[in-house]
Order: sequence, then C-alpha cells, then structure tokens
Amino acid sequence: MTAIHVEQLTKRFGDFTAVDAISFDIRKGEIFGLLGPNGAGKTTTISMLSTLLEPTSGTALVNGIDIQKDQDGVRKSIGIVFQDQSLDEELTAWENMDFHGRLYRIPKAVREERIQDLLHLVELEDRKESLVKTFSGGMRRRLEIARGLLHEPAVLFLDEPTLGLDPQTRNHLWTYIQTLNRTKGITIILTTHYMDEADRLCDRIAIIDRGTIIAMDTPEELKKRVGSDVVTVTSPDSERIATEISAPWISGAEQHDGQVTIRLHDAEEHIAELIRSFGDHEYAITSVSIHQPTLEDVFLHYTGKTIREEEPGAADRIRMRMMGGRH
Amino acid sequence: MDIVYTLWLRSLKRYVRSKSRIVGSLGMPVFFLLALGFGLNSVVQMPGDTGENYMQFLVPGIIAMSVLFTSVFSGIQIIWDKQFGFLKETLVAPVSRLEIMLGQTLGGATTAVIQGAFILILSLLIGIRFTSFTGFLIAFLFMTLIGICFAAFGIAIASKMEDMHGFQLIMNFVVFPIFGLSGALFPIESLPEWLVPLTLIDPLTYGVEGIRYGLLGTSAIHPLVCLAALGGCTAVMIVAGALLFRKASI
Ligand SMILES: Nc1ncnc2c1ncn2[C@@H]1O[C@H](COP(=O)(O)OP(=O)(O)O)[C@@H](O)[C@H]1O
Ligand SMILES: [Mg+2]
Repeated sequence: MTAIHVEQLTKRFGDFTAVDAISFDIRKGEIFGLLGPNGAGKTTTISMLSTLLEPTSGTALVNGIDIQKDQDGVRKSIGIVFQDQSLDEELTAWENMDFHGRLYRIPKAVREERIQDLLHLVELEDRKESLVKTFSGGMRRRLEIARGLLHEPAVLFLDEPTLGLDPQTRNHLWTYIQTLNRTKGITIILTTHYMDEADRLCDRIAIIDRGTIIAMDTPEELKKRVGSDVVTVTSPDSERIATEISAPWISGAEQHDGQVTIRLHDAEEHIAELIRSFGDHEYAITSVSIHQPTLEDVFLHYTGKTIREEEPGAADRIRMRMMGGRH
Repeated sequence: MDIVYTLWLRSLKRYVRSKSRIVGSLGMPVFFLLALGFGLNSVVQMPGDTGENYMQFLVPGIIAMSVLFTSVFSGIQIIWDKQFGFLKETLVAPVSRLEIMLGQTLGGATTAVIQGAFILILSLLIGIRFTSFTGFLIAFLFMTLIGICFAAFGIAIASKMEDMHGFQLIMNFVVFPIFGLSGALFPIESLPEWLVPLTLIDPLTYGVEGIRYGLLGTSAIHPLVCLAALGGCTAVMIVAGALLFRKASI
C-alpha cells in the first residue's frame, strides 16, 4: 500500500530550481527520511506535499489524493510539524490544541478526550494550563507533535523535528516518534540533516542534495554500498593521497576539508599495509581512524562533500534566533 | 461559521491577556481627549448655535481614533503570525482563507470596539452627557463598521508586507492622515474649501460623523449618508482584504 506517491515533482523559484524532478514512493506505516544538507530542498518538498506551495511541475498523491486537485482532502489526511515553530505563545498548551481541534472541526466531546490523551502521551498534562511562552524547546516540539496528531492523520510530516534541541531531548523525541509509528501505524515522513537521526529512525532514506535525490534505500543498504569499512586520514597531503592511493582492496577515496576518506574491505587486515604505503610516499599524516561506514560516508561518497561542510548554515542560525524560545 | 468563531476567539483571548497593550493603546486617545478637550474647551467657539462645547464635539472623534488604531493594528498582526510561524498552522488546515480572514477581521473589530467603548465610558466619567440610549446603539453601529473596515484594511496591507519594517511607514503616511483628515478634531464645515474633498473621500469622516450623530444628535453629514458611505467602504475593504490575503504567501 502506498501512502505517498511522488512523480517528477519540481519547484522553481524564478530561475533557481529548489526541487528538481524528484520521484519516490512511501509505503503505509513506513518511517521515511529525507536526508540532506541545508538548502537541499527538503522543506520545499514537504511544503508542496502539504499543499502550502504549488509545484512548478510534476504530480504527487498523498493518501491517494492529488495534492493539486483536492487540497482540502490532502489537508484533512495529514498532520505536520513545521521546521520553524508554529505555536501561539500567548495561548496555553490546551488552547493551542483546542484551536487546532476546532480548525479540523472535531466535535467537542471527542476533541477534549483526544487532547487529554495526547497531552498525556507527550507528558505535558500537568502543564496544559501554562502559556506556551513559558515552555522549553523540547516541550514546544512535543506539543507540536501532539497537535499534529489531534485529527488522527494517516500521514505525519516532521520537518527537522529535533533541530536545535539538546541531545537528551532529541533522544526522548526519537522514542516518541518510534512509539507513534509502531502503536498507531502512522506513516511518518521526516526531514533531517542529522545522520544519526536518519539512521536511528528511518526504515528508508532518500538522500537529497541540490534538489535531487541521489540515493534511496534502507540505511543498512546505503552503508553497504560504501564498502565494508572506512579509514579516515587527516593529512596536509590529503589531496595527493586521494588521487594516488590504490590497492585491490580499496574501493575508492574522497578528499574533503583536510581529510581523505578511504573506502575499503577488511580494514583491520590491511591497515598495516596502508600505513606502510603512506610512509613509502612520504605523506605527512596527522591522524588515522578506522570505522564502520556511517551515512556521513554515504553522503560523501555520492556528493564528494560532507554534510557538515554546509552546517550550521547561517540561515539556520538566524532562524533559530528568530524562534527565540527554542534552545 | 465555527472556523470564523475559532479565529475570533483566539483574537479575543490574546487581547484579554495583553493588559499592557490595552493600557498602552488607550494612552494616546486619552491624552488627546484630556489635553485637547480641557485645553481648548474654553478657547474654541463651536460654529452654529447647537450649544455643544468642544469637549462634547471631540469625544466621538477620539472614540473613532481609538477604534481606528486598534483595528488597523490588529489586522497588521497577521504579519506577526507570519513571522512567528503560527499562520502556517492555520493555512495548512482544511479551511478556506476567507474564513480565516473573516475571523481575524471580526476579532480585530471586536477588540477595537472595546477600546472605543473605554473612551466612551471615560468621557461619561468626566461628566459629558449624551442624548439617548438609541444614540448609543447608533454610535456602536458606526464603531463596529469602522472596526471591520480598518481591520480588513490592516489585513490587506499585512498580506502585502514581508515584515514589520513597513509598519511605521503605513502608520505615518496612511493611518495618521486618515485620522487627521477625518474631522475627528475639528468641524469639517470650518475647513478651507480645498481640503473638503480630501475629507470627503476619507472613510473615517463618515464614521466620526455617524458616532457624533449617535452621541450628540447632530452631525455635519446626514447619518444615512454616513451609513451608506462607511458601509460601502467596509464592503470594499473586506473584499480587498480577502483577495489579497488569499494570494498572500507564507
Ligand atoms: N520562497 C523562496 N524563494 C526563493 N528561494 C527559496 C524559497 N524557499 C526556499 N528557497 C531556496 O530553495 C532552496 C531549498 O530550500 P529548503 O527547501 O528550505 O531547503 P532545506 O529545507 O533542505 O534546508 C534553498 O536554496 C532556498 O534558499
Ligand atoms: Mg528545511
């Protein structure tokens, strides 16, 4: 069963193409991740799928409903947590929920029961009468997720759900998201530029960069494609190493900001030989590390750059400052 | 209708909670009323022999001023909703933009009329007497129309604005002239000839005169003309606000 079907979806702003003919399918009950650096086009994609932006071309079906032909139909069947905060700070947690419930025309009795249940789920029951402006970033995020679920959508969009949150709160939220997905069977599409988040939560990931999807698969499969191991070498000669290094067991090497990432098989077996060859070539070596491939390596492999090079983006920092309360 | 009510309810809740803003936005009208009223009451000789003094004449104008500023401001608040992200929450819901716009307009108009009512009560407290109960109802009708008209105007402007930078510009070059030209502070009969047309294309003029008719029983323009002119203008503003808000991007 398909929850979301996207075909050649494109968005241009003037002559800049933010999203460039992307296509993918998301199964019902899946947690699907759009992973990419700032400016990759993640939010633009979510905005189109949630009917807030008109696509320039292409089509998409959300829960079988065409996003351009029946906007209200799509809106009724989705919940969304925006990248930037979208709560009314002058209202209480309960009032924010109640406002949402009324907008979605949920009858009073049902509405009140659901609000109660959801506030319980996100552990905000005892703060329901507090104004949102007194809430921490994590509490706001939890409230937004609860709000997005109030009208029982079949699909939930989470745009950078843990942006700017501290590690402990992020962990907490990840658990919520997984629980929601498992107990309620909600299809979740989330965007992130955090590798660990995508890795931990997503059943499948589409890696998106400059508006195009460059790879799409389960996290395990994506990592397998890189090779079985990765050796990262920090060196002033990183460029030379990347072009000159070769051996039958090396499947590739990419240079990025003073480092070379070498993809290879059975690193432990070959590391001695590798280091020796560094000596033969008289490369200056600052440090060497071996690790299992991460999504970071996958991204590097496909784009020739690290996702971190683009982060934290200036726009991101300004945005977070504007959001004020989110720490 | 329940969607309009939902938006209206939110406006009211926010209004009731913003004590400092309620007091703050009463400051200028109260200052105008007391300073001009008491200061000029004995100096200014009102034209004609209706027996009214300048203070009585001024009260409707200051009520209109209070309603005008509060309603424009409440309409423009949509920009804040835009900047603080809340607008997205409303726009992604399965409701029409017209419902959102109407709810916001009526919410703004309601708070504006309440602000105007404060001035009315204040003027009763300082001993000004008005004609009749029906007169009060007529005054409230015109206050409501001013409130709706200019809340919709605020929304129309806010739909075109990206952030609050243009706000000062709008206040100085649109809202203050609307107030200044309206005959809120002076009788329009005593204006120089060339200014009269400007006064007559200012919708607030008809609001001020309408309130004046309600409270004092006399006005420079016939109350039905006031009602038709202001009513028409309100309808135009609602349509303009709705059209612009529909096209507003987030
Ligand atoms: N309304 C807009 N007008 C012009 N350019 C935009 C607009 N919205 C987004 N962009 C541009 O489109 C690109 C993708 O943005 P976005 O989808 O927000 O990326 P992400 O969410 O992946 O960080 C960025 O380069 C951004 O500057
Ligand atoms: Mg984004």
